[in-house]
Amino acid sequence: MIETLLIYLFALSSLVAAVLMLVLRHPMRVALALIAAMMSLAGVYALLNVHVIAVFQVLIYVGAVMVFMVYAIMLLDVRDQSFTRRFSGLLVPGIVGLLLFLAILAHGLWRSLPAPAGVAGGTLFGVKDFSVAFLNDYWLHFELVSVLLVAAVVAALAVLQVGRRGRG
Amino acid sequence: MLIAVSMALFALGLLGVIVRRNVLIMLMCMELMLNGVSLSLVAFAQQMASVSGAVLVFLIFVVATAEIAIAIPIVLLLVRHKHAMDLDAYADLKG
Repeated sequence: MIETLLIYLFALSSLVAAVLMLVLRHPMRVALALIAAMMSLAGVYALLNVHVIAVFQVLIYVGAVMVFMVYAIMLLDVRDQSFTRRFSGLLVPGIVGLLLFLAILAHGLWRSLPAPAGVAGGTLFGVKDFSVAFLNDYWLHFELVSVLLVAAVVAALAVLQVGRRGRG
Repeated sequence: MLIAVSMALFALGLLGVIVRRNVLIMLMCMELMLNGVSLSLVAFAQQMASVSGAVLVFLIFVVATAEIAIAIPIVLLLVRHKHAMDLDAYADLKG
């Protein structure tokens, strides 16, 4: 009972943080709101007993990606028009199109989904189950992802190299 | 319920990408969209009691990290080039 309540609470706080991301002005505050949303999602994952994903959500997203983002915000302290005018000219068409998109998506989903079987299921994804499935069945994907990471590192270096040549 | 939450997160992130002007904030809204999708994956994996959804979410995390590692240097270069984070400054690609 208390777990269901906590799941609702964390989901609500992630939604509130997502709305805050849309209305806040300074990029640093937006980054903090995104961190809050990710932390509450990690709480939801932990309450759903998917502990591995909760840990990696905090470690990878909040620990690596958002720290990188915060560094970029601190590096790029440019104050231009995007500071005084938060929203682009697409505000009204964007909202209208989004409502349409949501209506279509909700219509399709609600027809096709089976009846939800409660919020907090009981299945436990421990680290052991996860790693056994990961390294027995999905080892090829693991290798492919490591190749992708190497390619990303090379690409980031190449991008920086282009910039250095452009300045010099 | 969690599917609805993930749909709402995805929609809010999409709205942020469309509506905001700052390049970095648009990147962060894309991260929010990705988080919504992984929440839906976790919810489905929970319903079906299968561990492969969790594996897929882990792979998505790694891909998101690679994406950010490339996107941030590109944004850094663009901003150094134009001295602006406003999206209207990059309108010269428009035909």
